[in-house]
Amino acid sequence: MNAGAQNVATQLPNPAQPFRPVRSCGSCAKVAAVEAGPSAPVVLPAIAKVGLREICLKYRTHSGDRLLALDHINLEVKPGEFLCVVGPSGCGKSTLLHLIAGLQPPTSGQILVDGKPVEGPGTDRIMIFQEHGLFPWLTVGQNVEFGMKMKGVSRAEREEKTRYYLRLVHLAKFERSYIHQLSGGMRQRVAIARALATEPDVLLMDEPFGALDAQTRDLLHDELERIWSETGCTIIFVTHNVREAVRLGDRVVLLTFRPGRVKSEFPVDLPRPRHLEDPAVARAARQILDQLRDEINRSLEAEYAEGVKPHIETGVGA
Amino acid sequence: MKTSRIMKRASRYVIFYAALFGLWTLLAELKVWPPYLFPTPWGVAEALYAGFKDHTYWIAIRVSMERVLIGYSISVVLGMILGLGVASNKFLEETVGGLLVSLQSLPSICWWPLALLWFGLNQNAILFVVIMGSLLSVTLAMEDGRKQMPKIFGMAGRNLGAKGFKLFWYVLLPASLPFIVSGLKQGWAFAWRSLITAEMLYLSLGLGQVLMMGRDLNDMSAVVAVMILIIAIGYIIDGVVFKGMERHLQNKWGLAPAT
Repeated sequence: MNAGAQNVATQLPNPAQPFRPVRSCGSCAKVAAVEAGPSAPVVLPAIAKVGLREICLKYRTHSGDRLLALDHINLEVKPGEFLCVVGPSGCGKSTLLHLIAGLQPPTSGQILVDGKPVEGPGTDRIMIFQEHGLFPWLTVGQNVEFGMKMKGVSRAEREEKTRYYLRLVHLAKFERSYIHQLSGGMRQRVAIARALATEPDVLLMDEPFGALDAQTRDLLHDELERIWSETGCTIIFVTHNVREAVRLGDRVVLLTFRPGRVKSEFPVDLPRPRHLEDPAVARAARQILDQLRDEINRSLEAEYAEGVKPHIETGVGA
Repeated sequence: MKTSRIMKRASRYVIFYAALFGLWTLLAELKVWPPYLFPTPWGVAEALYAGFKDHTYWIAIRVSMERVLIGYSISVVLGMILGLGVASNKFLEETVGGLLVSLQSLPSICWWPLALLWFGLNQNAILFVVIMGSLLSVTLAMEDGRKQMPKIFGMAGRNLGAKGFKLFWYVLLPASLPFIVSGLKQGWAFAWRSLITAEMLYLSLGLGQVLMMGRDLNDMSAVVAVMILIIAIGYIIDGVVFKGMERHLQNKWGLAPAT
């Protein structure tokens, strides 16, 4: 983790270029194409857990226009990596997770998990939604065992694992509660337990802590970091909050505003455990934010132009 | 404070129904109309007692309930499948969906002549009318519920490995229940009305026929007695089954009780 060369802290004397922007907008498509050759089958290095190759997504809006949401996204996520994706609202970062989860196919491009193309949902990739993803008609325990039940796991094993994962998120006492009886932070812990109970290789988190108050979010950051290091799963974490991304991620990927492209990547080589208030985290975040700000301005301009009341997401800790 | 409000409400009910009953008694006693046209409360009470005593009403209630339960159950299953299909397929929505809405203006008893031809003079013809009466409300409710249901439940379910029938049974159906319960209730009311209407047209036991028997015997007390039974059963099912279901869902989901 603390491999030295890319340590953000050691690079601070040169604030103009503290990170190594691995890719810049637009060029990625060509680079990848050259690497892979025009007709050669795409072969990812064995280490990639999740690989996105030339992902494009087009929407048809209500007015009938074709909107390019994602434009030639290329990304590789290493096994056990904690990758954070940041970008202004409307950059398609949530959609990216839906694609990886297999809930929606890309218009073009290929998604590989362990080198195999994704063809629909699979319990090796579990999503955690910002809110409302839990089933309100089931108890906490039934929510956690849902994935196992779909898989056909025996009742005894389900019960045992449900208890295990509820203990892991410190909610053992609430097994029989309904979702609406829990606080926002507790709900997200149930969501994490439900996701982990299917024993996924990849956790896809879509702004999971966006609706929580600052204290709860801090606690959940610590818990998530602990669970991540205990389970060794790969996490792709989408957020609009740059400081959260730096606090959690091994690497932060910045997407551009509509169409979403990979603008740049920032390795975060700060020692763990980190804290949101660490000066090093704040400094690293500020440098990503400088790049993000252009995109936010573009998104705000677009929202004004569309006559939509903008909701400002500056991305700095709350 | 709270008990006094309940008392006030209860007293309003008592006063209203006492007044209604008083008016009825008064009109009957004044003999504005002859008793065979306008039965007295005592006559109706006697008819009820006699009907239950010789088991006519018990049998009629059993037969009617059986029919409505079978017919309504078929409606619910078919309606849910149809509604789900219409909600999830644009082509079906534009074609079948439109047809269903227009069919809703047709009273279900209009199917009676066709039902007689298709099924003959028997139980199946009655069931058919009951199904046609309630199927549309259930279908439209399911379609609406499926659309109102937050999309995230379907996504989360698929994400956790549910697909096909499991996705429907464990996710889509429970997720849309709060949105379709009022439609189910409406479907029940239509099923009940269609049943009584069909029974009145065909000698077949059941409450509708007992009511027509009262007419044939010129026994208006019996007619009113059966009318009261029909109202009471409809009201009890609505108040006990559907209210209970609504309350149960509200508790589970943490929704504010509808006022």
